[in-house]
Amino acid sequence: MDIQLTEEQELLRASIQRLLRDQYGFEARRRILATDEGWSRKHWNAFAELGLCAAPFRESSGGLGGGPLATMIVMQEFGRNLVIEPFFETVVLAGGLIEDIDLQAQRDAFLPRIMSGESIWALAWAEGRSRYDFSNVTTSARRHGESYVLSGTKAVVTGAPWADKLIVSARTSGGARDRNGVSLFVVDRQSANLHLQGFKTIDGRRAAEITLMDVQVPAGQLLGTEGEGVAALEACRDRAIAALCAEAIGAMSELNSATLEYAKTRKQFGVALGTFQVLQHRMVDMFIALEEAISLTQHLNLSLAAGEPHRSKLASGTKSKVGYAARFVAEQAIQLHGGMGMSDELNVGHYFKRIASINVQFGDPTYHLMRYALQNESGVSSDVALKVASNQR
Amino acid sequence: MELSLSREDAAFRDDVRAFIAENYPQEMRVPNPETDLTKEQMLLWHRILHRQGWIAPLWPKEHGGPGWSITQRFIFEQETSRAGTLPPLAFSVTMVGPVIYTFGSDAQKQRFLPRILTGEDWWCQGYSEPGSGSDLASVRTKAVRDGDHYVVNGHKTWTTLAQHADWIFCLVRTDPTAKAQAGISFLLVDMRSPGVTVRPIITIDGSHEVNDVFLEDVRVPAENLIGEENKGWTYAKFLLGNERTSMAGIGRSTRYLNRLKQIVTTEIAEDDPAFGEFIKDIARVELDLLALEATELRIVAQMSRGIDPGPAASLFKIRGTEIFQRIADLTHQAVGNYGVAIREHPVSANHFMPGPDDGHTASEKYLNSRKLSIYGGSNEIQRNIIAKAVLGL
Repeated sequence: MDIQLTEEQELLRASIQRLLRDQYGFEARRRILATDEGWSRKHWNAFAELGLCAAPFRESSGGLGGGPLATMIVMQEFGRNLVIEPFFETVVLAGGLIEDIDLQAQRDAFLPRIMSGESIWALAWAEGRSRYDFSNVTTSARRHGESYVLSGTKAVVTGAPWADKLIVSARTSGGARDRNGVSLFVVDRQSANLHLQGFKTIDGRRAAEITLMDVQVPAGQLLGTEGEGVAALEACRDRAIAALCAEAIGAMSELNSATLEYAKTRKQFGVALGTFQVLQHRMVDMFIALEEAISLTQHLNLSLAAGEPHRSKLASGTKSKVGYAARFVAEQAIQLHGGMGMSDELNVGHYFKRIASINVQFGDPTYHLMRYALQNESGVSSDVALKVASNQR
Repeated sequence: MELSLSREDAAFRDDVRAFIAENYPQEMRVPNPETDLTKEQMLLWHRILHRQGWIAPLWPKEHGGPGWSITQRFIFEQETSRAGTLPPLAFSVTMVGPVIYTFGSDAQKQRFLPRILTGEDWWCQGYSEPGSGSDLASVRTKAVRDGDHYVVNGHKTWTTLAQHADWIFCLVRTDPTAKAQAGISFLLVDMRSPGVTVRPIITIDGSHEVNDVFLEDVRVPAENLIGEENKGWTYAKFLLGNERTSMAGIGRSTRYLNRLKQIVTTEIAEDDPAFGEFIKDIARVELDLLALEATELRIVAQMSRGIDPGPAASLFKIRGTEIFQRIADLTHQAVGNYGVAIREHPVSANHFMPGPDDGHTASEKYLNSRKLSIYGGSNEIQRNIIAKAVLGL
């Protein structure tokens, strides 16, 4: 089921490739990282002008109607070039949630400025002890007249220091780990009583711990239905995984070509590294890992586009398999580059760090392996799953 | 996972499914069809497929093929293997047949092709020799021209199902002075010729699948030479390409994986310390299989657009066999204490076999499956092929 790109999609891919080749080389990226802000508004605007921020959204939402495949194309190229600007956070996470929740007023209020690149968003779902569980929410939201009042701490919110708007998950009812009772709110980053402590991430981005101390949010900024945030976040995670896997295969393919090139030119004991069979076979396994990752990622994106009932299980399976494959490729790319692979000057280590980061975002490969194992096709826990679950209790 | 099929292809798939359900012989449904059936039983399905005109999907219509598209061929392969049918003898239909219609004379085509289709002639493969291993070009069996005959002397080994064979296609050395590949010819030898002896080789699983074939002063009519003398290596390589395309073995692995899940669910207690590990291992191998299947679908889609799959066949061989070996290994572990029991050969209902019905063949499958990474060009050779042909090392 190879994706034969339409003419439009080929054009999208070619135009991103051209832009990144001209403006987003490794040295240009290094300069962006070294700025105080740590990202480039100029490059972001260029992406928006190219239409990337509007590409995946439905035409009825004012977008270009590209769907998951457009996101896949963008993310794969961003993965090749290690783009750090918050396309994933703004367009895939926040934009996707807003479009998916599908309330006309909220779409009209927020999507145009996302699609034009004017506003930057971040998604604050995690907490210090939640790990990858969307239901594990202690931040509270109490209704008070025409507002909600939010209190609590959200953890590791990537892109938050750059964001204008945040989507925050908070508990409107139920106990600390109840699936029901979690709601999503659109919160201005500049709100009173919202404190943000920024920090760097291993892949050169910025994230923040966010403390909310009685932050007032107008009731109209409750996103979707009160108490049903977990389901919205789960659907968001499926889309996030499809995008992150596309980014991972972009990074993997660059690692494989860099490693291969190095093996052909670097000499040891008077011969090219690539003449040693043990290294040849390692690179074949890296090649196979990439091919399989591409196949699964395409399969997931097609399943999302078609709205297949098993897409959430498939998303977990893909996150796991692609995660292990990407880690293998990244580790071996450093190994085969020898000491040079450890140098910050070479791009190899930077791909490694992005892959390490992808493998944490929205759940690591082992978490998703078990989530895959414990779900049957329609997303309901299977018999075997119930046995395991009862065993673990 | 399924290809997204056109209406015609979906109808074709339904036809194939219905045909198998109505026509596959009940007496061929034995625990291990590869070893438990007589020659006549093995040929039952072959003859049914021949009457239907479906025996040789790969063959051009003029030689008796069904004239299917690449997609239809893939669907047929998928449906027959998912249904657990015993594939028609590969040495006849997939290997020597295409060599004969591609490189053979008109007389050879008329003489051999119809009898392959009907199942009247059973072919075996005379490639391997003692000491040749994966290095097939090291052929030592000699054929010396004597008037309008060749006189053949040598020793072929690992010859699968030679005990049933009417004919053997052999690589023989016709020019002892030429280097490696250059002096080899492709010769068809009647197994009833004086001087041909077959000796069984019993493998570690206790079964008799493979044999030694001794050729002592066997007189072979010169008209049984395929193509030109000393050009046999070209034909042999062509044949090996065909051999590897069906090696992903998705359908077979899927069936054995389902059986493994069944055994784990019924035989292993929830509080067994290894239970959780089985669940994890099964999920891993299921995802490996899913990734390989997605890759196969991607390649099939590429092929039907006229893109040469190149060395994809090597990838399928490597991953397909690794996956099946893993499933066989896990199944053997899953039957626990009964993993020490093994069926007697030849198989008979009179022998007592302890343990769960599903587990009777677990031991022999585990042992037998070790061959998969060795035959048809060992997995190390396949990695060499990818290293050279894809990576350019």
